Amino acid sequence: MLSIKNLQASVEEKEILKGLDLEVKPGEVHAIMGPNGAGKSTMGYVMSGREGYEVNEGSVTLDGVDLLGLEAEERARAGLFLAFQYPVEIPGVSNLEFMKAAVDAQREAKGEEAVSSKDFLKMAREACKQVHLPAEFLKRGVNEGFSGGEKKRNEIMQMLLLKPKLCILDESDSGLDIDALQVVAEGVNSQRSPDRSFIVVTHYQRLLDYIKPDFVHVLSDGKIVKSGDASLALELEEQGYNWLTEQREQSA
Amino acid sequence: MTEQINQAINREYEAGFVSDIESETFEPGLDEDVIRRISTMKNEPEWMLEWRLKAFALWQKMEEPEWAHVHYPEINFQDISYYSAPKSMADKPKSLDEVDPELLATYDKLGIPLLEQQMLAGVAVDAVFDSVSVVTTFREKLAESGVIFCPISEAIQEYPELVKKYLGSVVPQRDNYYAALNCAVFTDGSFVYIPKGVRCPMELSTYFRINEMNTGQFERTLIIADEGSHVSYLEGCTAPQRDENQLHAAVVELVALDNAEIKYSTVQNWYPGDENGKGGIYNFVTKRAVCHTSAKVSWTQVETGSAVTWKYPSCILRGDNSIGEFYSVALTRGMQQADTGTKMIHMGKNTKSTIISKGISAGRSNNSYRGLVRMGPRADGARNFTQCDSLLIGGQCGAHTFPYVESKNPSAIVEHEATTSKVSDDQMFLCQQRGLDPEKAVSMIVNGFCKEVFKELPMEFAVEAGKLLEISLEGSVG
Repeated sequence: MLSIKNLQASVEEKEILKGLDLEVKPGEVHAIMGPNGAGKSTMGYVMSGREGYEVNEGSVTLDGVDLLGLEAEERARAGLFLAFQYPVEIPGVSNLEFMKAAVDAQREAKGEEAVSSKDFLKMAREACKQVHLPAEFLKRGVNEGFSGGEKKRNEIMQMLLLKPKLCILDESDSGLDIDALQVVAEGVNSQRSPDRSFIVVTHYQRLLDYIKPDFVHVLSDGKIVKSGDASLALELEEQGYNWLTEQREQSA
Repeated sequence: MTEQINQAINREYEAGFVSDIESETFEPGLDEDVIRRISTMKNEPEWMLEWRLKAFALWQKMEEPEWAHVHYPEINFQDISYYSAPKSMADKPKSLDEVDPELLATYDKLGIPLLEQQMLAGVAVDAVFDSVSVVTTFREKLAESGVIFCPISEAIQEYPELVKKYLGSVVPQRDNYYAALNCAVFTDGSFVYIPKGVRCPMELSTYFRINEMNTGQFERTLIIADEGSHVSYLEGCTAPQRDENQLHAAVVELVALDNAEIKYSTVQNWYPGDENGKGGIYNFVTKRAVCHTSAKVSWTQVETGSAVTWKYPSCILRGDNSIGEFYSVALTRGMQQADTGTKMIHMGKNTKSTIISKGISAGRSNNSYRGLVRMGPRADGARNFTQCDSLLIGGQCGAHTFPYVESKNPSAIVEHEATTSKVSDDQMFLCQQRGLDPEKAVSMIVNGFCKEVFKELPMEFAVEAGKLLEISLEGSVG
């Protein structure tokens, strides 16, 4: 499904990713952990085509499609979804209107007809219910005046509506209390399927208690320095990241 | 990103076509004789001609204002033609069937069908083409409820008492340079009278079209809402795409008598000039309302056109408990300049005013809000709330705010809020990440920014305004 090879990227001339490799197969959940400043968020932005993130080398393909050659919106239409760490507000544009436009744009790219407003409203209400957001949030401006937890749940709601092939969750657990965390995890778990994959970026192990990963990778200084199964996350929780970075320094 | 945004904004002007219509047009130039000829063309009574000549004498002694935050080359008023009318109008068509089909086609092309059966139900239209009104629809239907809706040139002949009483009563001849000029040379426009206690059964609207080259359009609109009446009125304007600048200097006077309510909406889409600032309309307009006891006037404007705009729809809150509102969206792109805002003059007790202004600047344009809130000594308990938001698209445009507040009454309350924001990269990226292309993203963000104003427009026109904004913004993203 997803293949990242030797990805090197920089922001404002500063090299952040220094040769990242990752293979994700359909239906798998990969957790990316690592210390602050390791390049975790950059990875999501580079993959999704955010402006200002320069790719110097390497490739990213999703189901054989070269993502790096596409505009951000084309990558989204190819099935890539990024749940933001800090979702931005768009005042005056209702959630409903925003998501209808997004779903229609993605359907149009696939040659499908737009959903009727009535059907869409039904779908959107269902999605809200699933992430425990009252339906009135559909009428409110995108993220306008939402609490941190509401914003995160709103991201998952969007994911539910767009049904992407690959979801990158960028620290979707940060700033959440345990109840909200569970809601986010339930939303993600409900979407796990043999043809959908997840990359869960997180600083803490906590989220992985609820979203069981198939693989855990440690990203440090722009590279994956260690990979393992779910138990690696627990190990990291106990010992922190220092032993890994020290190990690397010694071996270097 | 900036380049992307600019591309989205620079889209062609859709109303820029020229209609091939034979016209009778005066030679350029302005003197007393020209004014006499206009008056003769319009079959005006003597008092009207005298009124014009008095204004002309005043205008000649006045100077062009320079305080606005706009720049344009000096206008030579002798280079302008002050009258142009389709020849087919000379013998006054009695009904729509007699109107030149080319004229009807022009309005059709602009999306304003004038044949009543094709029109939006519930909207009556007065179509003004260059210097004359070509059609006013649904007049009989309106007359059933006593509403008068006709070209002002006709009102001068048919309802001289009303015209004499109110013309110039809100905007005096000597008010300002362009208003004085308008008084001298105005050619047509709409006249509305709503009788006591009548709620006008239809939306009224006037569509102004400039077609001839080198002509100025000087329209004059007078709306009188008698005690306890209610009317909603909309004006729209377009002009062909030309390299020369053209002058449009209108005067609009609204009179809301006790307990009356007037809602006046404008969708202004005059040709804005090309992206380097060549051509376009100079839109120098005076609009003012007087509100008597417990009357309410609401101005809503969506301004996307014109090379230079100089316009301050205002309310004189003369009567106690009267209400004035101003909702504005002004979008400038390319080299457009807009200096627009409002004046709320609180004279009566417990008068209230609300000002919501949304300025959007893109390209190399300059967008200024200029507003005055004056609380007079008698205005006990008067209140004003002003919110002034600017949205910048790209890094080469300017947004300016010039709020003036004068309070001579210690019990009056004036509130002013202002924000400036940009269409942020974060917002653009969120939209794109969800699959929206940059153009759709910008128009969505801008429409969201304007929502508070759009919701004040009559339903049909809110949709139109949203679309207009979308068209104006296309190509502004990159």
